[in-house]
Amino acid sequence: MGNKVIIIGAGPAGLSAAITLAEKNIGVVVIDEYLYEGGRLLGQLYEETPNKWWNGIAESERLLARAKELNVEFSLQTSVSDLEKIDQDWVLHTNKGVFHTKQLLLATGAAESPFPIPGWTLPGVMSVGAAQVMTNVHRVKPGKRGVIIGVNVLSSAIAMELQIADVQVAAITLPAANLLTINSSNPLEVMNSLLYVSHMAPSPLIKIGSKFMKNEILKKLGIRFYPKDGVKMWGIPIMLRKAVIEIVGKDQVEGVVLATVNIDGSIVPGSEKRIDVDFVCIAGGLYPLAELASLAGCPFHYIEQLGGFVPLHNEQMETNLTGLHVAGNITGIEGAKVALAQGKVAALTIASKLGASVTQIDIQQAIENVETTRANAHIQFHPEVLVGRQKMKEIWAQTLSHTLS
Amino acid sequence: MTERIMSHPILGDLPHKEKVSFTFDDQLYEAYKGESLAAALLAQGIRTLRVHEETGHPRGIYCNIGHCFECRVNINGLDGERACITPVTEGMVVKSGKALPTTVRDWRKHHGK
Ligand SMILES: Cc1cc2nc3c(=O)[nH]c(=O)nc-3n(C[C@H](O)[C@H](O)[C@H](O)COP(=O)(O)OP(=O)(O)OC[C@H]3O[C@@H](n4cnc5c(N)ncnc54)[C@H](O)[C@@H]3O)c2cc1C
Ligand code: FES
Repeated sequence: MGNKVIIIGAGPAGLSAAITLAEKNIGVVVIDEYLYEGGRLLGQLYEETPNKWWNGIAESERLLARAKELNVEFSLQTSVSDLEKIDQDWVLHTNKGVFHTKQLLLATGAAESPFPIPGWTLPGVMSVGAAQVMTNVHRVKPGKRGVIIGVNVLSSAIAMELQIADVQVAAITLPAANLLTINSSNPLEVMNSLLYVSHMAPSPLIKIGSKFMKNEILKKLGIRFYPKDGVKMWGIPIMLRKAVIEIVGKDQVEGVVLATVNIDGSIVPGSEKRIDVDFVCIAGGLYPLAELASLAGCPFHYIEQLGGFVPLHNEQMETNLTGLHVAGNITGIEGAKVALAQGKVAALTIASKLGASVTQIDIQQAIENVETTRANAHIQFHPEVLVGRQKMKEIWAQTLSHTLS
Repeated sequence: MTERIMSHPILGDLPHKEKVSFTFDDQLYEAYKGESLAAALLAQGIRTLRVHEETGHPRGIYCNIGHCFECRVNINGLDGERACITPVTEGMVVKSGKALPTTVRDWRKHHGK
């Protein structure tokens, strides 16, 4: 076991890294706590171009088949809860015992941030990703009719997926303003961020609107006159001027209280109205799931464009700790195709250290492939992800020059 | 309230899967072999997996992918297991999480403090 590379996370980053390593005849063990291989790729389903669907289950099956063909080992339902360096080895503590390796890749992906809203602990309230997984992976409806709180790329994509599965989405709305929802509860801020996903909107109104909306004054006017009942996208009202102020129900979700909000996000008194729904999704956005890097002792940097705190790493996917690498959403929030491309870079970097036939040009090409994949991405979680990536590059260069001097 | 999505316009028909049975709070339920406990229960209309240890308020899944521990239940005698990432197996015995005694507070309540 000690001679094999260990990858934590069987998402697109981990799977692509495992395949690349195994193709170089390097032994790999992939550890994941979930029931199936595929990570968050499993739930994904969207139309990339007319009639061409990105089907996460099919993609995961394809990757898994290739990995199995190359004798990659998998240890599912295995949660890594601690990580330490003993002599030259990374030692992993899991519910299925202790694992040792000299070369470790963390590909643990992302997690969703919640919005705390009164009533959010009632059964039937779940993260928007939870509804996606229930619907597309487990094929169980999260409910009959729901409301999604939080207007962003992920929530619009999942709203459409729910609709395809015949689950009714009554509305996508803002969360009520409180200390934890600052930007997500301000109609103008949300409108700003939505402009970057307007190409995904089949609604000509949103598409045309967004062209005009690059101008600040027009933007303010736009939000002031934004229809109170929302603009429909895929037949679902997107309500930038309404917020959920409470989720109600006795033993489970029975409805939500919606109120009209002013352009600064404050509630218009007396505008509260109850609508009946049997489930509620909270969409607070994604952040890198990086606790294991933190346990390992990696330095962290807050980079908003990458989704939050990110472990220090370079373009080759190395951290500053010997034998510890990162790939995928742990390095910043992006779509699955970027994660796949990053996994390959990490694997080539590891393979070259293990003496496999990998040239610096191979690694450089794989890095360029990450960049082109990013440039062509269908889903961009942060419009300025490139700025974020550049920041990390600079921080790495600075850190390195400090250690050298 | 909830139901299985037997056919899906893009993902196709649900493949035929073997069934297993398990108990949740001594009631017998069926599940597809290998599916998550949370999904099996939700498909049968069960959303409440436990009550809050102190307040007794009902709780169900939140993240559905193992991150939040909101779905913790007792499985085959083991406490704190996540229903959303545990596959159902034949004969599994599942118990919902219960409220725990809060002795000092209860004493105060009963003594009118
Ligand atoms: C809920 C959710 C929904 C998303 N939906 C979309 C979408 O619709 N479209 C899109 O483009 N992107 C989506 N994303 C973004 C997604 O993160 C990327 O598309 C991509 O899946 C990232 O790949 P990854 O390999 O980095 O991580 P992931 O795909 O997240 O895989 C990470 C894996 O690591 C495992 N893991 C994590 N920690 C541990 C541990 N301690 N022990 C053992 N195993 C562990 C997890 O179980 C998981 O399987 C979503 C993300 C989330 C969180
Ligand atoms: S619902 Fe979050 S861990 Fe199970």
